[in-house]
Amino acid sequence: MAEQHSAADIAFVRREMLPQQDAPATSRGIVAWFRESLFSSIPYTILTLACLYILWVIIPPLVSFLFTSAVWSGADRAVCATEAQGGIQPDGWFGACWAYVGDYGNQFIYGRYPNEEQWRVNIVGILFIGGLAGLLIPSVPYKRENIIFLAIVFPIAALILLTGGHLSVGGLYIPLAILTVIALGVSFLFAKLSESDPIPGLKNVAFLFIGLFVLLFILGFDFGLVHVETEVWGGLLVTLVIAVTGIAASLPLGIALALGRRSALPIVRFFSIVFIEFWRGVPLITVLFMSSVMLPLFLPEGVSFDKLLRALIGVALFSSAYMAEVVRGGLQALPKGQYEGAMALGLNWTQMMRMIILPQALKLVIPGIVNTFIGLFKDTTLVLIIGLFDFLGQIQSSYSDPAWASPVQAMTGYAFAAIVYWIFCFSMSRYSMFMERKLDTGHKR
Amino acid sequence: MAVTDVTPNGSGDGAPKVALLNNPEVRGWVFQIILAVLIVYLAFEGWTNMNANLRAAGIASGWGFLGTNAGFAISQSLIEYSQASSTYGRVYIVGLLNTLAVAFVGIILATIIGFIVGVARLSKNWMVSRLATVYVESLRNIPLLLQIFIWYFGVLRLLPQPREGFDFGPLGLLNNRGFFAPKPVWGEGAEFTLYAFIIACVIAWGVGRWARARQMATGQIFPSFLVGLGTIIFLPLIVFFVSGAPLSWDIPKMGGFRPSGGMTLIPEYIAMLIALSTYTASFIAEIVRAGILAVNRGQTEAANALGLRNGPTLRLVIIPQALRIIIPPLTSQYLNLTKNSSLAVAIAYPELTSVFAGTALNQTGQAVEIISLTMLTYLTISLVTSLFMNWYNNRVALVER
Repeated sequence: MAEQHSAADIAFVRREMLPQQDAPATSRGIVAWFRESLFSSIPYTILTLACLYILWVIIPPLVSFLFTSAVWSGADRAVCATEAQGGIQPDGWFGACWAYVGDYGNQFIYGRYPNEEQWRVNIVGILFIGGLAGLLIPSVPYKRENIIFLAIVFPIAALILLTGGHLSVGGLYIPLAILTVIALGVSFLFAKLSESDPIPGLKNVAFLFIGLFVLLFILGFDFGLVHVETEVWGGLLVTLVIAVTGIAASLPLGIALALGRRSALPIVRFFSIVFIEFWRGVPLITVLFMSSVMLPLFLPEGVSFDKLLRALIGVALFSSAYMAEVVRGGLQALPKGQYEGAMALGLNWTQMMRMIILPQALKLVIPGIVNTFIGLFKDTTLVLIIGLFDFLGQIQSSYSDPAWASPVQAMTGYAFAAIVYWIFCFSMSRYSMFMERKLDTGHKR
Repeated sequence: MAVTDVTPNGSGDGAPKVALLNNPEVRGWVFQIILAVLIVYLAFEGWTNMNANLRAAGIASGWGFLGTNAGFAISQSLIEYSQASSTYGRVYIVGLLNTLAVAFVGIILATIIGFIVGVARLSKNWMVSRLATVYVESLRNIPLLLQIFIWYFGVLRLLPQPREGFDFGPLGLLNNRGFFAPKPVWGEGAEFTLYAFIIACVIAWGVGRWARARQMATGQIFPSFLVGLGTIIFLPLIVFFVSGAPLSWDIPKMGGFRPSGGMTLIPEYIAMLIALSTYTASFIAEIVRAGILAVNRGQTEAANALGLRNGPTLRLVIIPQALRIIIPPLTSQYLNLTKNSSLAVAIAYPELTSVFAGTALNQTGQAVEIISLTMLTYLTISLVTSLFMNWYNNRVALVER
């Protein structure tokens, strides 16, 4: 092909590719980011400066209090008081007294639990963390065994280790035996009335009651552990006991209530709705008052619960109502086809719930359950009002110790409490978000 | 589940083949009757035990105590209350009003803070959105009771003595006895301003109705909001000045030991108010953010395509749809705030739980009556609010096919 243009026709022909040029300096990198997201217009600039001012007001005093002016070690209040207050700090000093937190650390965790028995609390803690980690990390296998461990083995072990076991359950054997006979009779009667084979039902009942007898035996067995009254429990131990028991008790109760609320049976539905709306309509503190003053009145003479157990009952009833609403959300989110499919397979109600509906519904509401747990964890602080020493209560009660009394003591204690609660709640909320993303399979109905 | 009477073909006697207990309906009723009997039995057992226990403790049950003299002082009361002559019934009302006082103002403050923070979290300004996130994440994850303690014992109780307190001149005094605000004193003829205000509200409402009807009929827009606002502001103002400005301020002054005059906000009230509103605001902020994010982006684009500017897009398209999502969870936050006001018992702010379920219970020992009445009160507040909100929710709900 002939050249159509001679070289002289064109003034300049670029023969090689130029390297790509950077964007103008004002629209890239850190400068552009500042311009875009901080100073793009006059109102934005004002807002940014206002925010900087807020930070300037908050951060330096906070850092000074928590770190730079803080006292990290010392034997008594002298290190945390100014000279005018009888200490060694210069006038105008204001910092956290971490030395006091360090001195009280043991009490903040265990309360007045005897020192030589604290290994038992530690074992319970290790078992719990181990079981929970296995359950919460999705890639760990043996989920089923893990759940059995956490739901059956762990509570019994924790109860025995924490209280010392050797509980006086001797009086319960005879009532349980009577109950066994009644249950076997009812099971047999039902089977006869429905013209089915009574053997499987009787077998289940027998297994259940043998389990209960074994449980009673274990609880009453003397393992040689020293008995530790719940009165001396305190600190983080009580906080965790209340929160974990509350959630563990409220989960089955909440599932039952949620199923009851969606049941076709009118009386069951009525009781479930009344129960749920009642507990959701009243503040937890009145529930705790009720369980500490009114509950003893409802019991026959001579029967009494200790304070911690009463609070636990109140917390469990209260949170089961919230749990029921969370579970109901999961039940409602399942497509109707799941129910219809299960029925078409000829499953009865129990089988349908156990094998088809609940596994899916509960998986859907894991984030909701975690959120309920966060709420419950924060709400455990309320038990200090009825005179239990949870983590916050233990910190507050330490203020009466003259050995560490100083103007910064209360602030230090509250700061420490806030940091601990924050770490717990924040990590749980992150876990809940992680599960939400993981469970979000993208095809929502 | 309608398979009840399965009669096999050709069976001579026509008896149902299924056993009675395999009939779902019968089974259901058997189960329900057992449950009902069990619950009634438990309730009965509890009731008899309670009566026996009360008799053993020598406590007369009944509501008579509401009429007897309470004989303790209450540090804040919206109605007349005297230690010498007021009854427990009066204590209940005072407590209830104090609960409502902290809940009502708290709800307003929490809504304002919550909306600001929620919108700020969506801001394109990095600094603003980061700061809002830090606010939400730090307040949401610290127990409310601890926050109340921090505000009360850590801030308000550490304020200086009245003598060395902060003096804001005509705006009031702040010290460890609380905040002493100027109190408006209405003079002769002040009621005319009130009447004018009511009339202005009626006029504004009427104008709004008329303008909407006209816009529906003719499409013409009338600035009814501005006109209404102007009427509500200026009509009472004019009447106020015409009637001779019958208002003076009772400004608190430092007395010998404590300030005198003005109206007092006790530190317990301020602590409760700050803690409740900032804590609840962190939840409201998340609700607001979720609500705005949930409105489809296509809505904005469609509004822009129709030629609406940013203001009307926000006002007429985005906010109404976002509100529909925001309102139900917002209601439950309001209820939470009201219920959480019961934590005031920990710092002795004299609300329902504190004075009635606390002090009055300790003095009378009428645990059953007092706790039930307290719980019923909260329950009533909750149920009434949620009924109202359900009604409102149904009104604004999207009508779909």
